[in-house]
Amino acid sequence: MINSKSISLFFSLFGFWLLMSGHYTVLITSLGVVSCLLCVYLTIKGNFLDNETIPIYFFPRLIQYTIWLIKEIFMSNITTAKVILSKSEEPELFSVKATQKTNEGKVTYANSITLTPGTVTTQIKDNVFEVHALTKEFGDDVRSSEMDRMVTWLEKGK
Amino acid sequence: MLDISIEIISIISFVVGVFFILTGSIGLIRLPDVFSRIHAAGMIDTAGASFVILGMILQSGFSLITAKLVFIGIFIFFTSPITGHVTANLARKKGVNPVGKTKGKTL
Repeated sequence: MINSKSISLFFSLFGFWLLMSGHYTVLITSLGVVSCLLCVYLTIKGNFLDNETIPIYFFPRLIQYTIWLIKEIFMSNITTAKVILSKSEEPELFSVKATQKTNEGKVTYANSITLTPGTVTTQIKDNVFEVHALTKEFGDDVRSSEMDRMVTWLEKGK
Repeated sequence: MLDISIEIISIISFVVGVFFILTGSIGLIRLPDVFSRIHAAGMIDTAGASFVILGMILQSGFSLITAKLVFIGIFIFFTSPITGHVTANLARKKGVNPVGKTKGKTL
């Protein structure tokens, strides 16, 4: 089964292999090609080759999303450091609705919430996320659903 | 001149990283319950680790080691939210009640 998913899996595996190896003789590189092919074969054989393992439809918008996410993470790191040092925490627990359609979108949204310090996704049921926030401001950030809109935009792909 | 400025930027980056790691460690001890402590741990994983790795990248010069360091950063970035979520999820499922207020209906 050769399609865009298996080909992109092969090239990302092989690129990673080249980075980790550092030795570029013919014998060692061909061994790398063989081992990557074996991995792709096992992935196809085990039926893991679906949108969930290789969400290639994310890729066109992934760079812009990553830059936005890193900016968000940096800002909330500063706020979290301030909260810890000034002893002004008032934790709260609440639920938000996610507007993503696919599982990959929901996972990306939940992981983005957790990756941003100050907010953690504690439970997920269908499209309701239970979120724990360190202060009310962090909670308002999640409730304003800016990140939700960004992930939905990312999910639509191109 | 360029060498010295790279050295200085790298040292600043290390200092910022160490500041975030220290603040995160203080938070781990000082915050009231498991859910709040995850936020402090998340800060160590994101800002602390990123700035220390950035400093190492500047120290190492441009080589294959740079790419490996970038990948260490990416893997920390991908695995940190999973450990945080698993800890929080298990604590909720085992019935740990968070300190502070609960708004609206929760799961």
